[in-house]
Amino acid sequence: MPESKPTLTGKGAVLEGLPDHPAILAIQGWNSEAITDAKFDRGELALTISKDQIRGACAALTAGGYNAFQDVTAVDWFPSVPRFQVVYHACSHKFKDVVRLKVLVDEGDASVDSITPVWPGANYYEREVFDLFGIRFEGHPNLRRIMMPDDWKGYPLRKDYPVEGYR
Amino acid sequence: MALPDVGTPILDVAAAEGSRDQHMVLNMGPQHPSTHGVLRLVLEIDGEIVVRLYPEIGYLHTGIEKTCEAKFYQQVVPLTDRVDYLGPMNNNLAYSLAVEKLLELEIPAKAQWLRVLLSELTRINSHLIWLGTHAMDIGALTVFLYTFREREDLLRIFEMVSGQRMMTSYIRPGGLALEPPLGFFERVQDFITGFPEKIDEYSNLLTGNPIFVNRLKGIGLLSGEDALALGVTGPVMRASGIDFDVRRDMPYSSYEKFQFNVPVSHDCDVWARYVCRLEEMRQSVMICQQALDGMPEGPIRADAPKIILPDREAMKTQMEALIHHFKIVTEGFPVPAGEVYQSIESGHGQVGYYIVSDGGPKPYRVHMRYPSFADLQALETMCQGRLLADVVAVIGSIDIVLGEIDR
Repeated sequence: MPESKPTLTGKGAVLEGLPDHPAILAIQGWNSEAITDAKFDRGELALTISKDQIRGACAALTAGGYNAFQDVTAVDWFPSVPRFQVVYHACSHKFKDVVRLKVLVDEGDASVDSITPVWPGANYYEREVFDLFGIRFEGHPNLRRIMMPDDWKGYPLRKDYPVEGYR
Repeated sequence: MALPDVGTPILDVAAAEGSRDQHMVLNMGPQHPSTHGVLRLVLEIDGEIVVRLYPEIGYLHTGIEKTCEAKFYQQVVPLTDRVDYLGPMNNNLAYSLAVEKLLELEIPAKAQWLRVLLSELTRINSHLIWLGTHAMDIGALTVFLYTFREREDLLRIFEMVSGQRMMTSYIRPGGLALEPPLGFFERVQDFITGFPEKIDEYSNLLTGNPIFVNRLKGIGLLSGEDALALGVTGPVMRASGIDFDVRRDMPYSSYEKFQFNVPVSHDCDVWARYVCRLEEMRQSVMICQQALDGMPEGPIRADAPKIILPDREAMKTQMEALIHHFKIVTEGFPVPAGEVYQSIESGHGQVGYYIVSDGGPKPYRVHMRYPSFADLQALETMCQGRLLADVVAVIGSIDIVLGEIDR
């Protein structure tokens, strides 16, 4: 188990504490306003990206060496506002590192730009998030339910959806 | 001619993009012997050539991620077994590592080495099923019986160590469930001593077999760039020339102390995947041998009485142990708030567990990233413009498990 690294919270602290992290360099080099918050915890870097910049941030990250797309998922922080947090993971074969991007999405306008044009592999993952959380991905080529039947009502992974029993 | 009623939305897409008069829409699965479960493919074909291919999944969706949110951390372990049911130890390992990362637990060396040993045996188990069923899809029925013979030995080893053949739940947050029984290491030694010969046996049956070779070579091409773009990992990615293995490049559970090669091929076809996986089995045997030779002594669980259930003996004789046992079983254990992502290399590719904790005894969110889900996206790229009969060979080569796709 690696030695515990100090936890850095907040954009300022992370930018200062990890000045030469390739993911931060890539996104800061592209648009220094894109990162709104950051956290370095348990050896993992998580960057919160402003909602309308996510596609560009993913493209910048790809160009910066994070070549392997991993994952898109979401977390429902009901009843907080904004309610949803869409989470992206990208892996770099060169730097042997995984970085996490987060976008905060409000319930009223539960939509975010699709990153499928940048990472085609996100296609099914975004469909899954749409299916189970009801978050729309603008510009997705085929945004249909993937796990649940097409005529299903409700979004099962939301926190106000019961684990057992009837809806 | 009226189209068969196989779900309107897909057919709409198919009909809008292709001419209905020239292309035929064919439904394959979900009950089809070569789909390894309940995968349904809607194929748009022009004669014998695949024009489009739409996988339809979700037939095995059981909402495991939702169920996890209602369970204590230790109760999630048996659920992870059922995700990729061919590699239960790897799922347990990925989940346990993620929880341990949240708890910042130190795992004793012996537990880590045993985890490596069992993880490699699981990989062999998973590859044996792949080889047997893949060869059977191609028409080489015999190999299936051979690989299941060896798989039976492995299942007996798993039963010996955990009491279960398939749903082992043996690797748990904080260490391992039980001390391996007497004679366990000898049993594993017997298996890995004899196993390389068995691989030669499979190879003798298949590698020089002209029917098998012709069905596999030049089929299901996937370039390295496409593999990365589509999120493909594991042996399929390495068969497309991308040299990356989580075990070697982002080591976990003391993999950095083991010597092994990562087989890579630049042929990008189904044959390359066959060659890579066969070589991976040989490498796994080497890792198992190193794990047996250098197995450290010591405890198999971390020193964390509030997280790990006490021994039965201690529970019956010591009051503190009894209290801890009662507390863990009834209330679970709190996990510090935070979020972690842990990747490991399973038999199919890169498995990632993303766990969010809000500080309570139940995970706030568990997301499982499984390789087959991404591999399935690459299926259309691999099959487009090729013969319909090759689809079966390609599905076999990406080694999908529907349990881990639908979750």
